[in-house]
Amino acid sequence: MAQFLLRRVLTMVLTALCLTLVVFFLTNLPPNLEKLAKSEAGSRISDAEVTSWLEKNGHARPLLVRYGEWLGVVPGWTREDDGRTYGRCLTPGVDPAEAPRFCGVLQGNWGFSSFFKAPVGSKLGYHLGLTGVLMFWVIVLMVPASLLIGVLAGMREGSKLDRSLSTFSIASTATPEYVSGVILIFIFASSAVGLKWFKGTATAAMDGVTFDNFFLPVLTIALYGVGYIARMTRASMTEVMTAQYIRTARLKGVSFGSVVMRHALRNALIAPFTVIMLQFPWLLNGVVIVETLFNYKGFGWTLVQAAGNNDIQLLLGCSVVAVAVVLVTQLISDVGYVFLNPRIRIS
Amino acid sequence: MDEIGWGTILLTLLLRFWPVWLALALTFVVSARYRRRLGLYGRLFDSTIGMIGFALVIFWVFTALFADLIVTHDVLSQISQMKNKLPGTAVPDGSAWYLLGGDHLGRDVFSRMVAGSRIVIAIAPLATLFAFMAGITLGLPAGYYGGRLDAMLSFLANLILAFPVILLFYLLVTPEIAETGLPQYLAIVLFLFPLVFLTVLVNSRYYVTPVFRTKVVAAILVIGGYIYLALVGEAGTKVALLPDAADFIHVPGNILIVFVSVVFVNAPTVFRIVRGITLDIKTRDYVAAAQTRGERPWYIMLWEILPNARGPLIVDFCLRIGYTTILLGTLGFFGLGLSPESPDWGSTINAGRKLLTIAPHPAIVPAIALMSLVLGLNLLADGLREESLKD
Repeated sequence: MAQFLLRRVLTMVLTALCLTLVVFFLTNLPPNLEKLAKSEAGSRISDAEVTSWLEKNGHARPLLVRYGEWLGVVPGWTREDDGRTYGRCLTPGVDPAEAPRFCGVLQGNWGFSSFFKAPVGSKLGYHLGLTGVLMFWVIVLMVPASLLIGVLAGMREGSKLDRSLSTFSIASTATPEYVSGVILIFIFASSAVGLKWFKGTATAAMDGVTFDNFFLPVLTIALYGVGYIARMTRASMTEVMTAQYIRTARLKGVSFGSVVMRHALRNALIAPFTVIMLQFPWLLNGVVIVETLFNYKGFGWTLVQAAGNNDIQLLLGCSVVAVAVVLVTQLISDVGYVFLNPRIRIS
Repeated sequence: MDEIGWGTILLTLLLRFWPVWLALALTFVVSARYRRRLGLYGRLFDSTIGMIGFALVIFWVFTALFADLIVTHDVLSQISQMKNKLPGTAVPDGSAWYLLGGDHLGRDVFSRMVAGSRIVIAIAPLATLFAFMAGITLGLPAGYYGGRLDAMLSFLANLILAFPVILLFYLLVTPEIAETGLPQYLAIVLFLFPLVFLTVLVNSRYYVTPVFRTKVVAAILVIGGYIYLALVGEAGTKVALLPDAADFIHVPGNILIVFVSVVFVNAPTVFRIVRGITLDIKTRDYVAAAQTRGERPWYIMLWEILPNARGPLIVDFCLRIGYTTILLGTLGFFGLGLSPESPDWGSTINAGRKLLTIAPHPAIVPAIALMSLVLGLNLLADGLREESLKD
């Protein structure tokens, strides 16, 4: 088990390094840097001025060196100019001799957002907190609903209940967030239908979550995930229900409800656990779409702003978070699967 | 002319789709008549779910084909009096109606939705096919040989899969990246797979009849290679492989980027599926028999393993077209790649969502269109799965 964990973690770290390097490469291509120089030093500057600005600010060196600096394993650049020292790790008013040599993500220095004019670390922390609230309610709604649908459908394969619930699951996986969100807003929030039960934006939810400003975004994200998890639960439930020990229990005279609750459920929920964990990366997609649609300024909104405004440091920060979410959930699902499944755990 | 009510609107809409109904009826009558001879496709007509799914999918395929006959107005022409007008409003000169209303620029929502189907139906299946070619070409050897090759390819696939899709799109589909020619370099790699796949497929099958084999392989390489060069290169960009006169396929730059990034996102998942199936099938007796006969590895992979993996692959192909449609919509929703003028469903939803609470119809119409197509593909996949399991 320890060896398995160690290997998984090592692969994860390697993957994270590769991915951040790719993102770093893609965000630091010459056209991006040129755009950055123009937005920082004035849009009318000449090509020569762009080059000199890039040189002065440490962007003109090899990619791997810059990546190392950003990561915090290569000492930050310094430059002497008119007797003053400038550098990546230096802040005005601090003695250059006392400033740290390394300042990167590993040291907790995430850089400075060029669009929001704020440190990336605190900016990301604030917006991630908002997304955390959203995710929490999505999980609260999605997981019980999908497990219930899956178990009910898989209990009696081929029954009317099974057919209708399965059709619902298929329909929900066929409706991406930007479609269901638009339709839900149309039905519940627009003046055309006139119900106006909920609000069409979630901007107010950033200050205080209420049912009517937060239900639609949560439902929109949850709907897309429900179908998939429910189908997986149904598949594993039908498999369990045809097993020998279920038949034995039924023949012994145990009631159907008791067989489902005490014998089938525990074994049927192993597979959906993995699926739920692997849904997190998908939820990330949904979060970006829904936050844009409902104008909720969380992590997804930040990512869109960073990418749309060529905010290199913030985009890098966002991708670190996104990649970390994907990799950590993969790890948890692997470890959890081994832990939950007695056949694998004992061998 | 006056406004028309919902009854008249629905009737007119049904009439507008006449070529589609005709083609649909013809397809169903012919297919149902000869279904016993049509294999898996014919058996689809035994399952209600599969039939509904097939009808939805084929409806959109025919709509895309006959789009020119169905549309009532030009896709781009704007009539300023028709901005955000409700469904059934007559145009000012009284010649026709905006059947499903006007959008925020005064364009006909119905015509744009119909024209948008063309973009989706053209890109989604083709992109999925390319992703399958890449996934199969890499997944078969990874599963069959195992070892280092498998470890390396799996690591690469997991690397791409660990990328959040939206982040990848934002990184690949921005004007800055397009400027560097990176999508075109990606296209060079990804478009090579169909060529390699076909060549290896034919080569391994007809290896024993060298004369015939050489002819066919040469034909594939020349014709396919020419299409490949014309498809990838574009005079005046970073990758100008053919002179402008010989370059007969002109893919607009932004369509190419969208296409490439969708293939890129889908290929690793296909790879994982193919690899998994290969790992399972290579332990079967008929593979062992082929190995004992002394068949070459690529023959075994492509002509023993692949045909026996077709069931799950066909099902996944249908599902994946649906998923690709969703991805295309996502790109449009974020205004990435396709031009804002483009009538594709994602872009129209994006344009319509800003006025959603006041004038919802410009966003609702393409949203329902997209949902029905993806739903159709999912139902079709479900029907196919059910029927293929009956073997």
